[in-house]
Amino acid sequence: MEKCVLMTDLKKLHKAIVEGDAKTAVEVTKAALAEGAKPLDLIQNFMIPAMDEVGKLFEEEEYFVPELLLSGRAMRGAFDLIRPLMAAQGVQPTGRVVIGTVQGDLHDIGKNLVAAMLEGAGFEVTDLGADVAPEKFVEAVKAKNANIVAFSAMLTVTMPKMQTTIEALKAAGLRNQVKVMVGGAPISQAYCDQIGADAYSDTASGAAAIAREIVVNQKVSAQFAEKGEKTLAGIAAAGKGTK
Amino acid sequence: MSKEKIFRNLAVSGPQDLIFGFAPKPVKCGFDLTIGAGTVFPEVNFTLPVMDVSTKTWPEVIAHYEEMATNILKRAVAMKVPGIVLEFEQLPQMTETPEWGAEITALLERHLKQNYEKYGLRGAARITPADIRGPAGVKGVKPVMRHGELWEKLNRSFDLCIAAGGDLISIESIGAKEVHDEGLMFGDVRAIVFALGVLACRDMTWLWSQIVDKCEKSGHSVPAGDTACGFANTSMVLAYQKLLPDVVAAVDRAMAGVRTLKAVECGAKGPSKDCGYENPIVKAISGIPISQEGKSATCAHFSHVGNMSSTMCDLWSNESVQNIRLLSGNAPEAYTELLAYDVRLMNIANEKKQGKIFQSWMIESDQNVSAIGTILAPESVYTIAKAIVAEETDYLRTVAAGKAALDIIQKSVDKKNLNLGKKELQWLERLHKEFANLPKDENVLAEEIFGTMGHLFDPECYGLKVAAAAAK
Repeated sequence: MEKCVLMTDLKKLHKAIVEGDAKTAVEVTKAALAEGAKPLDLIQNFMIPAMDEVGKLFEEEEYFVPELLLSGRAMRGAFDLIRPLMAAQGVQPTGRVVIGTVQGDLHDIGKNLVAAMLEGAGFEVTDLGADVAPEKFVEAVKAKNANIVAFSAMLTVTMPKMQTTIEALKAAGLRNQVKVMVGGAPISQAYCDQIGADAYSDTASGAAAIAREIVVNQKVSAQFAEKGEKTLAGIAAAGKGTK
Repeated sequence: MSKEKIFRNLAVSGPQDLIFGFAPKPVKCGFDLTIGAGTVFPEVNFTLPVMDVSTKTWPEVIAHYEEMATNILKRAVAMKVPGIVLEFEQLPQMTETPEWGAEITALLERHLKQNYEKYGLRGAARITPADIRGPAGVKGVKPVMRHGELWEKLNRSFDLCIAAGGDLISIESIGAKEVHDEGLMFGDVRAIVFALGVLACRDMTWLWSQIVDKCEKSGHSVPAGDTACGFANTSMVLAYQKLLPDVVAAVDRAMAGVRTLKAVECGAKGPSKDCGYENPIVKAISGIPISQEGKSATCAHFSHVGNMSSTMCDLWSNESVQNIRLLSGNAPEAYTELLAYDVRLMNIANEKKQGKIFQSWMIESDQNVSAIGTILAPESVYTIAKAIVAEETDYLRTVAAGKAALDIIQKSVDKKNLNLGKKELQWLERLHKEFANLPKDENVLAEEIFGTMGHLFDPECYGLKVAAAAAK
């Protein structure tokens, strides 16, 4: 692979993302691209490792949510510059997730955290918000060709809507093409199993890790690769030498 | 029309006047119940087990409420409680179909009446419609607060529940939550202050003026109060999960006091609602009785202030528990017993003139465990309340409450009473700087926040004129 020598110090991109400094992250990315840096190199060697570090700091309770989200914002700022170049090269996001709080439930902070962690992990996230009817989930899964649909519920009386939504996905013939993740204060692994969902996590960072595992296990990257396409999941996995 | 009465002085002469069971302005309600006149009563809150709420399941829902009301009051009589409040916190579906909420209100009133007539059990029902306005949390949709189908349903829910005999009328209103949530998530102090001190206070004034009017016209319902559940409880719960700094949650709690006070300035009489941990500030300023939750609400909330929160309460609540089977009976009746023991201790302490001693143990138990505990001790509450009434506008009062809380936390850290970790101390320092840089003029902040978060809220829904919005 041809190595491009840059004047721009790309360690600053890593640092800016870890420190949640969106302005610097954007400036460094802009300068690097102007010098001919390869978008994949920026993502693989600087942006994803930076967000991995942020995720670790959050997991170890060294970071609070604001630091996590500011890092995510810095990552997105840099990625927005790269996205058009990636699309031109046919690179796909890690995966596509549709997320929302189920019908009748207005609690959305936990769901927002999961959405932020998924975005940080390179997923294209469609956030439907709170109080989402089953048919809205179905429409969005169809429209976005989602790999994963994630439901959140905070109330015991809205938990049954998770099952109703799974039934709606089945009725629409979508259940086999999308994995269902569930979470929220009253939800448990047992409940996940009981309603026929595919995965459960009790933390936001855990949800992102599970989502990554799902897309890798789905062999989505392999499927895309067969078609001559690349994915961020594949790149991330290859870069880390895992799975 | 707003009949706002702005408090310029405190209702108590010092922290020594803040004690459980006694409020400067007791409230009479329901079936011969007087709250805040020297006795603490249990307030039992209960909800459905895992089930769908729909037309199809409605008979089952009613059966649950019949069972819960019967068993709670039976246990209350057995425990010889001096009186009781039942709280019916409506699920969104019960406010969206106002007749449903009213049906359960009438059911609870019937049970309270029967127990009063048969056993002399004094009691009242607190009815809390769900604030379904907005809708909140829908991506890309700015909440609509003052008109539309959702507001009409909420408005009708108040009317029907009052007509059904509701004794105490409350709500956990959510005006400005869309900005406050974003502020919390990004640790953006300016957004948090703007949400609480400008938008939320405006919404409270608009909403509570109407609730008070409705209650006054009814002749029997008491406009009880609101809570910053969607605000400071969100930050508190996130802080306990180590997702937000404890110092942010503590400052947020102090500032929420100004917002919750607005209901009283519009005519609410108390008791303010249980999950408003900021209520002691409201009590110190206005003198109304308050409900609180803590160590006996672990079924619903985790907190570090389970003893502290009881130190100034007039009603003592379990927050919420599902109607599920336990060995001693169903959970709501089991929690009734738990609350009965708690209030019995508090009342005996007061009867023996040893309430302050008992209170001091509960303060000491929690004061230095967390920053929230530090700012909720009676002396801190008194200091924050004084800082609030010294300022003129809601915005300046909110800033003053935040600064007072910061000073209290800093002093406690400096004296090595409160032990905060490195990250918390960094945030404490950051908060000092952020508060020092807040503009004096709320309009300056309004323009700024509209510039950064204008996609989240509609200023007109808060009766707010923003030049940048008008220019669009």
